[in-house]
Amino acid sequence: MAKVVVVTSGKGGVGKTTSTAALGTALAQGGQTAVVVDFDVGLRNLDLVMGAERRVVFDLINVIQGVAKLPQALIRDKRIDKLWLLPASQTRDKDALTEQGVGNVIRELRTRFDWVICDSPAGIERGATLAMRFADSAIIVTNPEVSSVRDSDRIIGLLDSKTEKAEKGERIEKHILISRYDAPRAARGEMMSIEDVLGILSTPLLGIIPESEEILRASNLGSPITVSNPLSAPARAYVAAARRLRGENVPMAIPSDKKRLLDKLFGRRAA
Amino acid sequence: MSMFEWFRRKGSAPVARERLQILLAYERTARGQSDLLATLREEILALVARYVSVDYDNVQIKMDRGDTVSTLEIDIEIPNSKGLLVAGA
Repeated sequence: MAKVVVVTSGKGGVGKTTSTAALGTALAQGGQTAVVVDFDVGLRNLDLVMGAERRVVFDLINVIQGVAKLPQALIRDKRIDKLWLLPASQTRDKDALTEQGVGNVIRELRTRFDWVICDSPAGIERGATLAMRFADSAIIVTNPEVSSVRDSDRIIGLLDSKTEKAEKGERIEKHILISRYDAPRAARGEMMSIEDVLGILSTPLLGIIPESEEILRASNLGSPITVSNPLSAPARAYVAAARRLRGENVPMAIPSDKKRLLDKLFGRRAA
Repeated sequence: MSMFEWFRRKGSAPVARERLQILLAYERTARGQSDLLATLREEILALVARYVSVDYDNVQIKMDRGDTVSTLEIDIEIPNSKGLLVAGA
């Protein structure tokens, strides 16, 4: 049975696209078919993070408007066998998304893939509400920082009222994914802890992604972190989160990269 | 910052947590009310404007939710008597 997941946050820059790419890739590496769908019409970036920016011919809007068939717009990943990308349009704006059109595309994707991971744009406008509209479950990417937590709370309110599931009186499954977590700073009381964030949002935790230089390296290379450096702390965190998404019981931990002695001496941060 | 201050400085995370708890408690109860207030504002103003000319910028609408009683406070500033329309005119 296919599962449609929206990766959302309200606030921009918290790691939605990075997380969509990493989780979709991790699910496909785990042997299930996955498609990552970019809903950020006009400001697409998932193609770039996935390293497929030069292979985009048709996009989500073309499919919605009947200019292209869905298989023509789907881009197959060159590294991971069961991974696909449905890019957003770069030239149109979010008004080109219609509820009916998005519903049709999601319905067709459900028949082709085990996982449909929707990368929501920031904000609470049309693009964001349509990205969550048909989802079975939601991943709310949150940084341990006041504005991000506030926006996550707002998004949780929208998930509970504006999604198709909520309107039918069903519950949409929600998970928090904490990203850019700096464990030493949290231990010193300089950053809100995992418990602080979860206590405020009262939503279960899917995973903790530690702050890491490897994330920038992965997007520089156009290679999701679980491919570019599978042994790095964030990659291990994403793989664990993907397994929890599949329903496996994986103990919660905050992976860290071991500091080299020289880095320690010169105060450079490895993680 | 002197060394003494550095040692005395406490983490700011508890402050962040407390501010969020207070803010979100308020925002959660306010959710869904903004639409109601906008509708009330529009309909009441349309009604009043049938009889009196109203300066839309000088209208305050407040809602206060208490445990047992909630109040709706509407404050419409009406310009002097010249603004009054004579019925049927």
